[in-house]
Amino acid sequence: MSSLRSITLATLAKDIRLEWRSKDAINSMLFFSLLVVVIFSFSFDPNAEESRQIAGGLIWVAFLFAAIVALNQTWSRELRNQVLDAYRVSPAPANAVFMAKVLGNFILVSLLEALMAPLFMIFYNLRALGPAWQLIPVALLGTWALVVNGTFFAAMSLRTRSREIMLPLLLFPISIPAVQSMVEATRIILTGDGAARFWIVLLLTYDVVFTTACLALFETVLQAE
Amino acid sequence: MKRAFPILAILTALLLAYAFHEAIWVAPMERTMGDVQRIFYYHVPSAWTAFLLFFVNLIASVTYLIRRNAKADAIAVVSAEVGVVFCTVVLVTGPIWARPVWGIWWTWDIRLTTTLVLWLIYVSYLVLRRFSDSSQTPKLAAVLAIFGALDVPLVYFSIWFFRTQHPQPVIGGGGSIDPRMLHVLLLNWLAFSCFALLVCWGRYRLELLERAVEEAQSLESLVGDNRLGVKRPGERSIPLKTKLPLDKNPSRTGTQ
Amino acid sequence: MNSIKFLYAAYIATWLIHGFYLSSLVRRYNRLRQQKKELGE
Repeated sequence: MSSLRSITLATLAKDIRLEWRSKDAINSMLFFSLLVVVIFSFSFDPNAEESRQIAGGLIWVAFLFAAIVALNQTWSRELRNQVLDAYRVSPAPANAVFMAKVLGNFILVSLLEALMAPLFMIFYNLRALGPAWQLIPVALLGTWALVVNGTFFAAMSLRTRSREIMLPLLLFPISIPAVQSMVEATRIILTGDGAARFWIVLLLTYDVVFTTACLALFETVLQAE
Repeated sequence: MKRAFPILAILTALLLAYAFHEAIWVAPMERTMGDVQRIFYYHVPSAWTAFLLFFVNLIASVTYLIRRNAKADAIAVVSAEVGVVFCTVVLVTGPIWARPVWGIWWTWDIRLTTTLVLWLIYVSYLVLRRFSDSSQTPKLAAVLAIFGALDVPLVYFSIWFFRTQHPQPVIGGGGSIDPRMLHVLLLNWLAFSCFALLVCWGRYRLELLERAVEEAQSLESLVGDNRLGVKRPGERSIPLKTKLPLDKNPSRTGTQ
Repeated sequence: MNSIKFLYAAYIATWLIHGFYLSSLVRRYNRLRQQKKELGE
């Protein structure tokens, strides 16, 4: 098992190093996220009361779009250099590279959320009326839900036509319960109306179920490429 | 076997006509909603049939992943396609029913919403099958079907809780049902199930035929000759294997 | 009664949807028959 962990960490470290050098993905995603926040602000100009109701939905839709941009480039470097073929024939467990990619995407998207969230708070004059600390588990679990399935479906989309559109087409339907949970939990925390506990538990369940499914089936998908 | 198809087709048509007659003229009128309620006899059986077909797809997908059986994959495609058709009927008849009864086209009713998500998942399944490289499609599609199946209980649960927080009208009626209405409902379900079976059967034969033709076409382009061995006039048949130089002189001594 | 129109609409819509699908199957079948004939030549 330690070889699994070391391969995962090594791959993750490599990806982070490569990304840090070029800053390709993070820069484009940052700018994209900023644009999304600004456009949403033009489209929806609610007062403080309403904004707390809808901000959850707006924020998570914006994060979802930003995540798609990140997810689409997950495997592109591997594809360009025929790395996936190497993984297919090597005895290294496929799950190691999968987890490395998921963790890499998780860090990337979380970073994005950390940068976008204050912008949203400013543009919409948001102030949480409920327990604000609960937003952290919501964000962590929600981001994981999007990223684990997104990385998996990105791998599935590799040999399809219109690869970039295939990913959201596959991801969005499956993510519906997760997105609903994130949005509702955020709304409840911001408006202070009720308890977000159910939604957080549902998100946790979603994460456990789909992380298990991804780990169990990634080998099949990798061999199918 | 081939004769059974038209016989089943005629029987199904008769059954559908009879069930229709029962639904429109024989079943009692509902007290609060009136005649519009009769949409129920088409809406609900379509839903049950769609769910059954999606379940068949799940079984076929899992079977394919375990056994790599091509027939299982064919059944998976067929059940997904026909399931989407029936699911579309549910999603169209639901709002048509809701509008006169509740005054709204849509509501985040638990069954309708779950049906919508199932429809989305299976449409994405069909899109994946169409857009993906044909040699590996069955495997990827089967994996997606499993993900969809895992998702549905979560969808149902999340909408259930959402509805307890935000109660809304229920489409499809709740509570107990008059036994005469139940009889008509089951009759229509039987008729639509036979219809679904018929369509699946036809689609399955179409699928097998398509695969056979595709295989023949790729074989033809590979070999550069026609499989059936029919010579075009003035043509010599091209041998499939090229002769090795050694074969030309069998009388040559020495080892080969 | 105005609402009876919705009843007609629902039943017609159902058969329209099934009709579209069945006609697409027939079209595919005819195309296949054509291809099969071309192969056999």
